[in-house]
Amino acid sequence: MSVKKFVVGCFDDEAVLFPAVKKVRKAGYKLHDIYTPFPMHGLDHAMGLRDTSLHTAGFIYAITGTTTALGGISWVFTKDWPLNIGGKPHFALPAWIPITFELTVLFSAVGMVLTFCYLCQLAPFLKKHHFHPRATDDQFVMVIECTEKTNEDEVKSFLAQAGAKEINVQNAETGWWLGRYDKDTMPFQVRKEKTAFE
Amino acid sequence: MGLLRYESQTRNPLVTGHKTYHQVTEDIVRPIEAKPSKLWKIGFTISLFLLSFGAYSVYRDVVYGIGQWNLNKTVGWGWDITNFVWWVGIGHAGTLISAILLLFRQGWRTGVNRAAEAMTIFAVMCAGQFPIFHMGRVWNAFFVLPYPNTRGPLWVNFNSPLLWDVFAISTYFTVSLLFWYAGLLPDLATVRDRAKEKWRKRMYGVLSFGWTGSTKHWQRHESLSLVLAGLSTPLVLSVHTIVSFDFATSVIPGWHTTIFPPYFVAGAIFSGFAMVQTLLLIVRKVLSLEDYITLEHIEVMNKVIVLTGSIVGIAYITELFISWYGQNPYEAAAFRNRWDITTPLAWSYYLMMSCNVLSPQIFWFRKMRRNITVTFFMSIIVNVGMWFERFVIIVTSIYRDYLPSSWSTYYRPTIWEVGFYMGTFGLFFTCFFLFSKFFPVIAIAEIKHILKKSGESYKEGVGGIETQAPEEFAHEQAHAH
Repeated sequence: MSVKKFVVGCFDDEAVLFPAVKKVRKAGYKLHDIYTPFPMHGLDHAMGLRDTSLHTAGFIYAITGTTTALGGISWVFTKDWPLNIGGKPHFALPAWIPITFELTVLFSAVGMVLTFCYLCQLAPFLKKHHFHPRATDDQFVMVIECTEKTNEDEVKSFLAQAGAKEINVQNAETGWWLGRYDKDTMPFQVRKEKTAFE
Repeated sequence: MGLLRYESQTRNPLVTGHKTYHQVTEDIVRPIEAKPSKLWKIGFTISLFLLSFGAYSVYRDVVYGIGQWNLNKTVGWGWDITNFVWWVGIGHAGTLISAILLLFRQGWRTGVNRAAEAMTIFAVMCAGQFPIFHMGRVWNAFFVLPYPNTRGPLWVNFNSPLLWDVFAISTYFTVSLLFWYAGLLPDLATVRDRAKEKWRKRMYGVLSFGWTGSTKHWQRHESLSLVLAGLSTPLVLSVHTIVSFDFATSVIPGWHTTIFPPYFVAGAIFSGFAMVQTLLLIVRKVLSLEDYITLEHIEVMNKVIVLTGSIVGIAYITELFISWYGQNPYEAAAFRNRWDITTPLAWSYYLMMSCNVLSPQIFWFRKMRRNITVTFFMSIIVNVGMWFERFVIIVTSIYRDYLPSSWSTYYRPTIWEVGFYMGTFGLFFTCFFLFSKFFPVIAIAEIKHILKKSGESYKEGVGGIETQAPEEFAHEQAHAH
């Protein structure tokens, strides 16, 4: 974990933020993240983030639930302890539909929420760096990471021109919560970290 | 979350009073940061009192057995199962509002979904108590779980609707809780970031899981909400369907009916919305949230009430018609025990009819739909009616069985059956009071999301700097790929 430097610009209107995002991308600055108080549709695309595949994970959990229910009940009622209920078939599929459905939903929902928390690194008692306390209130906080090529003052004046009201520089320790996602689709060149073995 | 949608200009605003984002936060978080009001304290004390009475009744159930209830030879299911079905029904509105209305892209759900979902969770908690304590030897309740055991292993009966219920109710509770809490995370972070006291910052820091509001997290959050809504939609319909199977798959005249699933689901939505009205009318007044839960919200919910109430009415009449048209003497006798005013429990049938079918018809009038006093009164009437619906279905179908000599055992609940029911009111309101004190009762992020589309004021342009409207931006980005 290394300490990195970030230029933070706060926008108080999303209508000003949107063109600013496009300008930052165009200028080639390394856009770290944008923190918003509510979801902004299209911002993920504008930032160059790829679509989430959380729903695919949800589907996989769902079919796991289906097979668990069907497999489990079939085994119990046909192999492990077949009960003769009025001479009716042991493999009573229609009667198992409700439980199969419920387990499908249960597995999918629980799995998806856990995956969501894992991917976003959300958990109680977790300390994270918050760039601005009002990012959860009414500020749209754009964070630009400083690489060795970045001119700090240039970024500051750039943000001011784009409409940011409050601009400051912060140091934060990089960790998984600061986001390592979507490097491949980022438009700018990501510097490869030099390791001791190179 | 509010999906991209076209907002009609002729529609009344969903957020009144020219709010800014910051004001939205202020208004909704204010009750959390302020000291509890006198009204809150009184309400909370009454709830705790009811809860302890219920706890004592349940304690007696465990110690003396359910023989202390007045269940008798023919009435094996009485108040207990009536209350169970009633509470489960109430627990349907929350998920309906948050899931089905999300898929139907109804903007008004944002004002009421958080409180309605909380209500759902508490109602399902209350419902769950009844079948558990009806087991009698409650310490063996875990026998309903299918796990390898030393009794054979003797498995549960997967073909039984009672076991389907176990799965349906527990899945419904879990999924509703996850859906509700996932939606709460950003709002709890809002409370955390405003907190001045150390304990508050720490408490909400833990509760909000370290939410930052990152765009990537929002993107995943949107995807999660949408899929959970998609899953909850069939789930909410399945739960009361399965509850109705408890009756419909039996061979008791009056229960053995194929229309039960849709009839129960409509009834559940009906009573659930009535309970949402009761609670929200109080909440908006006490926490002064009239700008977020507007007359508009109340009116649309009243429309749902008159619709579902009428569906329930059609179901009642269909049942009655079939009991005559089917020419089955047992079925006819079961329904005679309801409509024939000379029978001992006919009064409950007519009470149900007037509360559920006749009285909601006043909501055909716009003036009545927008009248708060009428709405509040009606919301209580509807839930009284819906309780009696379950009572009618359960008790009047079984209190006179095939053997007339056992008919004389008229069923009356004991004080402990009533106490158990009162206790669940205590549990429900205790939870709801705590929720309204410590959690944002309105989804802050979702209100902000619709504010510029459905708020009373739109921001003017900012001089000199290039701007772009959210809808236009989202549209442009959606086609950029």
